[in-house]
Amino acid sequence: MSQAKEKTIEDGIIKRVSGPVVSAAGLDAKMNDMVYVGDEGLMGEVIRIKDDLTTIQVYEETSGVSPGEPVENTGEPLSVDLGPGMLNSIYDGVQRPLAVLEGQLGAFLDRGVDAPGIDLEKKWGFKPTVKKGDEVNPGDIIGTVQETESIEHKVMIPPNFVGGKVVRIQKGEHTVVDEICELDSGEKITMRQKWPVRSPRPTKQKHTPTIPLVTGQRILDGLFPIAKGGTAAIPGPFGSGKTVTQHQLAKWSDADIIVYVGCGERGNEMTEVIEVFPELEDPKTGKALMSRTCLIANTSNMPVAARESCVYTGVTIAEYYRDMGYDVAVMADSTSRWAEAMREISSRLEEMPGEEGYPAYLSARLSAFYERAGLFTNLNETAGSISIVGAVSPPGGDFSEPVTQNTLRIVKTFWALDASLAERRHFPAINWNESYSLYRNQLDPWLRENVEDDWPDVRQWAVTTLAEEAKLQEIVQLVGKDALPEDQQLTLEVARYLREGFLQQNAYHDVDTYSEPGKTYLTFKAIQTFNDEAFKALSGGASIEQIQAIEAVPRLNRIGTASEYGEFIEQLEKEITDQLKELY
Amino acid sequence: MKEYQTINEVSGPLVFAEIDEPIGYGEMVEIELSGRGMRRGQVLESTDKFVAIQVFEGTTGIDKKCSVRFLGETLKMPVTGDLLGRVLDGSGQPIDGGPEIVPEDRRDIVGTAINPYAREYPREFIQTGISSIDGMNTLVRGQKLPLFSGAGLPHNEIALQIARQATVPEEDVGDGGSEFAVVFAAMGITAEEANEFMDDFERTGALERSVVFLNLADDPAVERTITPRLALTTAEYLAFDLNYHVLVILTDMTNYCEALREIGAAREEVPGRRGYPGYMYTDLSMLYERAGRIEGVEGSITQIPILTMPGDDDTHPIPDLTGYITEGQIYVDRELHSKGVEPPINVLPSLSRLMSEGIGEGLTRNDHSNVSDQLYAGYAEGRDLRALVNIVGREALSERDNTYLDFADRFEREFIQQGYETGRTIVETLSAGWNLLSMLPKTELNRIDESYIEKYYEENSESSEVEG
Repeated sequence: MSQAKEKTIEDGIIKRVSGPVVSAAGLDAKMNDMVYVGDEGLMGEVIRIKDDLTTIQVYEETSGVSPGEPVENTGEPLSVDLGPGMLNSIYDGVQRPLAVLEGQLGAFLDRGVDAPGIDLEKKWGFKPTVKKGDEVNPGDIIGTVQETESIEHKVMIPPNFVGGKVVRIQKGEHTVVDEICELDSGEKITMRQKWPVRSPRPTKQKHTPTIPLVTGQRILDGLFPIAKGGTAAIPGPFGSGKTVTQHQLAKWSDADIIVYVGCGERGNEMTEVIEVFPELEDPKTGKALMSRTCLIANTSNMPVAARESCVYTGVTIAEYYRDMGYDVAVMADSTSRWAEAMREISSRLEEMPGEEGYPAYLSARLSAFYERAGLFTNLNETAGSISIVGAVSPPGGDFSEPVTQNTLRIVKTFWALDASLAERRHFPAINWNESYSLYRNQLDPWLRENVEDDWPDVRQWAVTTLAEEAKLQEIVQLVGKDALPEDQQLTLEVARYLREGFLQQNAYHDVDTYSEPGKTYLTFKAIQTFNDEAFKALSGGASIEQIQAIEAVPRLNRIGTASEYGEFIEQLEKEITDQLKELY
Repeated sequence: MKEYQTINEVSGPLVFAEIDEPIGYGEMVEIELSGRGMRRGQVLESTDKFVAIQVFEGTTGIDKKCSVRFLGETLKMPVTGDLLGRVLDGSGQPIDGGPEIVPEDRRDIVGTAINPYAREYPREFIQTGISSIDGMNTLVRGQKLPLFSGAGLPHNEIALQIARQATVPEEDVGDGGSEFAVVFAAMGITAEEANEFMDDFERTGALERSVVFLNLADDPAVERTITPRLALTTAEYLAFDLNYHVLVILTDMTNYCEALREIGAAREEVPGRRGYPGYMYTDLSMLYERAGRIEGVEGSITQIPILTMPGDDDTHPIPDLTGYITEGQIYVDRELHSKGVEPPINVLPSLSRLMSEGIGEGLTRNDHSNVSDQLYAGYAEGRDLRALVNIVGREALSERDNTYLDFADRFEREFIQQGYETGRTIVETLSAGWNLLSMLPKTELNRIDESYIEKYYEENSESSEVEG
């Protein structure tokens, strides 16, 4: 974070300190202005103005701060630095680069330190794409920089600048603060932009998304797909696999850019991401996964106010890359921590609480955040998208609590995690009966065209079978499986393979961790083949015991771990068919 | 140092005093009780006219005439390697009659967050010798793994068994583990429970490498809010300055949270769920997140917090918020306890999030994760069938279902049951697992790679007698 200190307007004096909330008198500030609090210059933000008293939420620990110390106003809202160098980086909730801070402070995060969000000294090779005399407008791309091995950074006219004719543009090695272009409107352009995190960056138009975000996770791609530009929520109690699912999406989804926001979660989990991602390959480009990823890590023991702002920091960075025409996916883990941070600050402000102590504006804030997702035509006519996947951590796993409920009113995909599935190590522990995706219909044309024409039909068959199983299981609980007629027993058997061979997927297995759409489809098909042939055998006179005894069938569960899956599945389907045919 | 005689309100654990010069938030305070001793406290809210002080040792006997001294600094813990072998009270004063502590350094007890960039991901397997932990919910160095227990359950025995048996295989086998230290923080436990711990520490000679903080049930409740911070500050010094592998046992976190609630109520804060303060998640995370490893530093902090779930309800705010911060949890189960299983750990809801990185080839054994998954799936299926058997009887079930019922019974009797004094190596644990899995036909072992089945499956395994 790099708020320029030169713009000080007027100093105030601290009157009251209560945890992260500080009140100051005599401060001439606007709502949401960034301020520096106390002798140590702790970063804070104005959240209430009443008469002469300004209330500030401080992004750092306030121990030792006392009334009488000064408050310095920057006159600007909380902003992030945007420019090349954000990918392959890890930030805290107010965009302070953690790697740089480690160099300055050592292993523990002290307070009152500041470092620019992007490296101001590094030189980048700038290649102009416009020339002298060209007319450019706000948002237009004027050149490129190779930011990482897989991502070409587009340098744009900031949206809040005035357009004009290019007077001068400079190719070559530049730092992000060097002037690289000048317009006849007087605007001087560098590669660094600043943008206030709480305001969405402008676009031209928002569209209905029609292309799926392919995740490589069978249950998601197969049953509950999310669109590029869509929103999804993953609620679940602790231990049900929210974080692993988010990690899987960050690793394998086919977005161009990933912004991963660890909001109030575990330090060791963030470290895992930092350690593991650089070693992983992007399945699409074969290059390091980290070179398309930006991490925001605000662990649970970092100051609560920075937790409140970290999701905004993340989505603003995402919007910047969207403006370049990229498909960006934002993983927010967990939005409940963000909501709790709002609640904590609200209660320190002694605001009238809404449901369960959350502030009355919870719902408005949540929907404003998710509305920043979508498929857009940018100001510069490129198309870009932001998909947001938010984890929700409901207390006690109870989905009726306010954060889950308010989130469900907004998002179109719901992946319900289930503790009882997790307990029997059925992973991903996404409950197929409760989850839904409202994108199915708008994505089907793409799936028909790019994977297989009968994808929607096969999916419907699987959904019906699983629903049938849920109904039958209720009866089985009462009378036992053997009391059912044979055709229903067979349905249970088929559903078991759908659960074990299709829905379950081992995130820690080298092959199984990623299932491309073609493989997902064929896995569906193989189980359907078993279903069709087995029912034929049953009506041909074979008994359910005989069908269960078929040697080849259990191998349906090994499709996921088969690397040469095409051959494996073809062979398997043939054996299953042959062996079943022998029965009648 | 400024002294005031301006107390104008005493309310529960809080004292309000007027002041005429600025006092820092979180600053330490001493309150002199005219000749009847001294109390310590901390500034909870500071304005230019008055301060709110939270008094650690209780407000009994404080009146408006008492004098208030502001020490000009936040609460610090004097740390030194000589703390090993010492017993301190809940606010860090020695109570073992030993010599005065000469500190090497004085550290702020609030602690600062470890930069996630500077952390090292924990992946060193700790062998606790308990099969249900090693085999199914592996603990690694730098992890925070709480015991979710209930009133009247043997969580203390389990914590002691871990403290006694924990080793890292293939490392410092001979030298008695000189690198290993225990920091024990008791919050509001009974004197009897404390004795249980102390006796065990003395019996096994563990006291020499332990630092004990005791806030007992009859000590002031507010003091409980600083006891774990003192303990963790000590642990950080031992781990990151002196390179010890520190095991921190915090018991009982439920009492700690009750103390938080008491302070919140006294300050008339807007309460969150069940009257606990809305910031309890943040507060707890500032304790639990002080576990871990730092890159380039030898030492580590592993935490085992113990909490007793009121009414055995894991959706209660204390276990709920804890579970969202810690890297898994171990459930102590009442039903298994009444069956006489020792230790009565229910593996189904238990979890170790750091397990997958801490096991496997070169760490434990390459079949470990497969075996664990299959045992989970088998035991879960068997437990489900128990409900059914009560309705329809065993005869109505298929042969496959009966096998799973037997599997679940044997799993409890042979795998989980081992006694508090027995330590099993990881190889013994895995063998016990294979012995059980070999009851099932090979085709049922769908979580296990075929090559492992070939290597470890016991062909002629006899299904042992069925319980009558």
